[in-house]
Amino acid sequence: MEAQLSHIEHVDHHHHPQSLISKYVFSTDHKMIAKQYLAVGLLMALVGGAMAYLIRVQLAWPGKPVTGWGFIAPGSYMAMVTMHGTIMVFFVAMPILLGAFGNYLIPLMIGAPDMAFPRLNMMSVWTLFVASLVLIASMLVPGSAPNAGWTGYPPLSAVPEYSGSTWGINLWLLALALEFSSFLMGGINFVTTAINMRAPGLTFWRLPLVVWMEITASALFLLSVGPLVAGSVMLLLDRVLGTTFYAPSQGGDPLLWQHLFWFFGHPEVYVIALPAIGMMMEILPVFARKPMFGYRAIIYSTIIAGFLSLIVWAHHMFVSGMDPRLATPFSILTILISIPFAVMIFAMIATLWRGSIIFSTPMLFTLAALSSFLIGGVTGIFLGSQAADIYLHDSYFVVAHFHYTLFPLLFMGGFAGIYYWFPKMFGKMYSEPLGKLHCVLTFVFFNLTFIPLFMAGFGGAPRRIYFPYGYDFLKPLQHYHVIATYGAIGLLLGQLPFVINLFASMISGRKAETNPWHANTLEWTAPSPPPHGNFEHVPHVVRGPYDYSVPGVAEDWVAQDKVVTVTVAAAG
Amino acid sequence: MISQTFLPGVSTFSGSVDHVINLIFVLAVGWFIVLQGLVIYFAVRYRRRPGVKASFITGESWGQLAWVLVPVALALVCDLGIDAAGGDTWETVKGELPPPAVTVHVMAQQFSWKFTYPGEDGKFGTGHDLVEDALHVPAGQVVHVVLESKDVIHDFFVPALRLKQDILPGRAITAWFNATEPGTYEIACSQLCGPAHFGMRGKVVVDAPNDFNTWLSAERAAQAKKAAADTSATRGNG
Repeated sequence: MEAQLSHIEHVDHHHHPQSLISKYVFSTDHKMIAKQYLAVGLLMALVGGAMAYLIRVQLAWPGKPVTGWGFIAPGSYMAMVTMHGTIMVFFVAMPILLGAFGNYLIPLMIGAPDMAFPRLNMMSVWTLFVASLVLIASMLVPGSAPNAGWTGYPPLSAVPEYSGSTWGINLWLLALALEFSSFLMGGINFVTTAINMRAPGLTFWRLPLVVWMEITASALFLLSVGPLVAGSVMLLLDRVLGTTFYAPSQGGDPLLWQHLFWFFGHPEVYVIALPAIGMMMEILPVFARKPMFGYRAIIYSTIIAGFLSLIVWAHHMFVSGMDPRLATPFSILTILISIPFAVMIFAMIATLWRGSIIFSTPMLFTLAALSSFLIGGVTGIFLGSQAADIYLHDSYFVVAHFHYTLFPLLFMGGFAGIYYWFPKMFGKMYSEPLGKLHCVLTFVFFNLTFIPLFMAGFGGAPRRIYFPYGYDFLKPLQHYHVIATYGAIGLLLGQLPFVINLFASMISGRKAETNPWHANTLEWTAPSPPPHGNFEHVPHVVRGPYDYSVPGVAEDWVAQDKVVTVTVAAAG
Repeated sequence: MISQTFLPGVSTFSGSVDHVINLIFVLAVGWFIVLQGLVIYFAVRYRRRPGVKASFITGESWGQLAWVLVPVALALVCDLGIDAAGGDTWETVKGELPPPAVTVHVMAQQFSWKFTYPGEDGKFGTGHDLVEDALHVPAGQVVHVVLESKDVIHDFFVPALRLKQDILPGRAITAWFNATEPGTYEIACSQLCGPAHFGMRGKVVVDAPNDFNTWLSAERAAQAKKAAADTSATRGNG
């Protein structure tokens, strides 16, 4: 049945004549849509990165005009902090890790010709495009740009007189609502496709881990976003129609928003994290030439981590004024999340053990991401502990911690994925020397940027302070900001090799073979780049995704659809 | 103590907050060194060499999974230790409040602080309240601060006291501390409260108990004198 369905769609796709507009703009091909998501994500990363530059320079040399901008007013600073967070989480991380890689990989890795709902897929990416435009507009309308923080706590976000932002925050909420709609459509598509369109023989226990992670992430998003959509509508109504959902003087409650926001906000971190971890888990076995260690244990851990992420949200609210008796149960549950993540991390490390490791650019980025994410993971324990959080909450420690989780996964994991699947996506090979240079610069300058911020956090420095010289206790911590700013400038400049590599290799890179890495998963059985409809013949899967260096097989890899006679029984 | 080296704590519970941070710091650094060490060691030791094939290890059997599950069990033990330490400290700081020697009402608003003391009668709201720009408290005594906001969410954060509490409009949240060292410490609003959030700085002045009483009496006397002058001025105008 699955095979028949795939076959019909497959034939159908081959008979569409394509104009330039239907191929590049209004495309229903999941691969083109993935590239559109990637383009939106990378362009928005430029905007978010520019804001990071302005924020960092202001913090290092407060009150001095910033090269390329001029003097930054306190209100503009708050708007930059707000938009940097909003852009990076919702308009860079989700488009790249879910939108681009979910779209590109799910059909190809399950041997399907396209997504289950190609037109809905096109609508998702176009909704995201409109959302991005609305978000850009929110920064340009009269009154202030959105400036209530990416978390948008009311009453500051609810009452225009408090923030000075009128249409800015209204459009910000509209942009978020559109973004959520886009990923709701995308999530439904991902889950449906992965469940219904797998090639014959591709059971759930033979699915590549990244597919597991993409569908778990989508399911988490679908489960958690509803309350925040309701919360955002209430906030918008408070702003434009004068309702009082969050107005304490008229019986509303500002804490309601925090609960709704973080009920979504914590799973959202895993919505971003899981696809990136999944990509790292595809790359590790290929370049260690070894099976991914503990495939089933990882899948169970993913599901447990996903479930736990739905019941830990109040660790963002220990000192918010909620009932203090809630803190300890939420603290215990939060710290418990370290367990499934420990399984994943130990499994990644164990995959290296007795491997035959090739240090290609994707592998270097994966190892850089793993190493940096270790710090992100262990520093999370500080903030999960209700007692340590009394001191560290809303400090630079928090800023350093979440950059140590999100940056390694989103950017290092994302770059690992871009380099690894570049030959498949564009049919060309990228430049290894430029890729390695990019990895080294990113890794070094990333650490130089954010290690000092942990120190500032231990010194008690609160985040979102425009002019730190106002406080005596912050003056001795100022040099950390200066170091971090040099790091950030280096980190931004360190992306130039990537930009050069991306465009130069796309135009004049060496032609890529079908399977340049000798990898097992199905996308490497399709031509590079795959045509509309993906596969010449529907693949018949006979094995799991990670049969590398199987004893008794001449080559050190066996494609998932390849039937081989093993001369010696496989160990383990 | 890691936070202690950056900023000394000066309340009766600052030590136990620092202790939890320190405990987590030691465990976190320990785990990080071991895991990062393994990543580096494996990467170097098992780099590709001609003629050496990788081992086919799937990690699917319990025997192999033990390499993951035993360290995970160890991590769980560390987690429980942190939970236990943190739970006690949280109870001390945020649980049942010890009875106060002094109670001060704190009003936060964009972008300043007001601290209200009762007048001679020792009661709030009888028309004799003292309103101050700095929070004066006696050392070595339990102080209650009743935190209220006029507009948005603010946060009463005194880094040196290791005390942080959000202030919600529409609620009065009581927090407590007992400062051990006389001196002047800063209050930093640490919840984003608007464009000039950075300027919402306040001061805690911790005095020796006698000095505190002297200060309070002087302020009350000045207040009474000012009230009397105001009254006569009003009468004169009439």
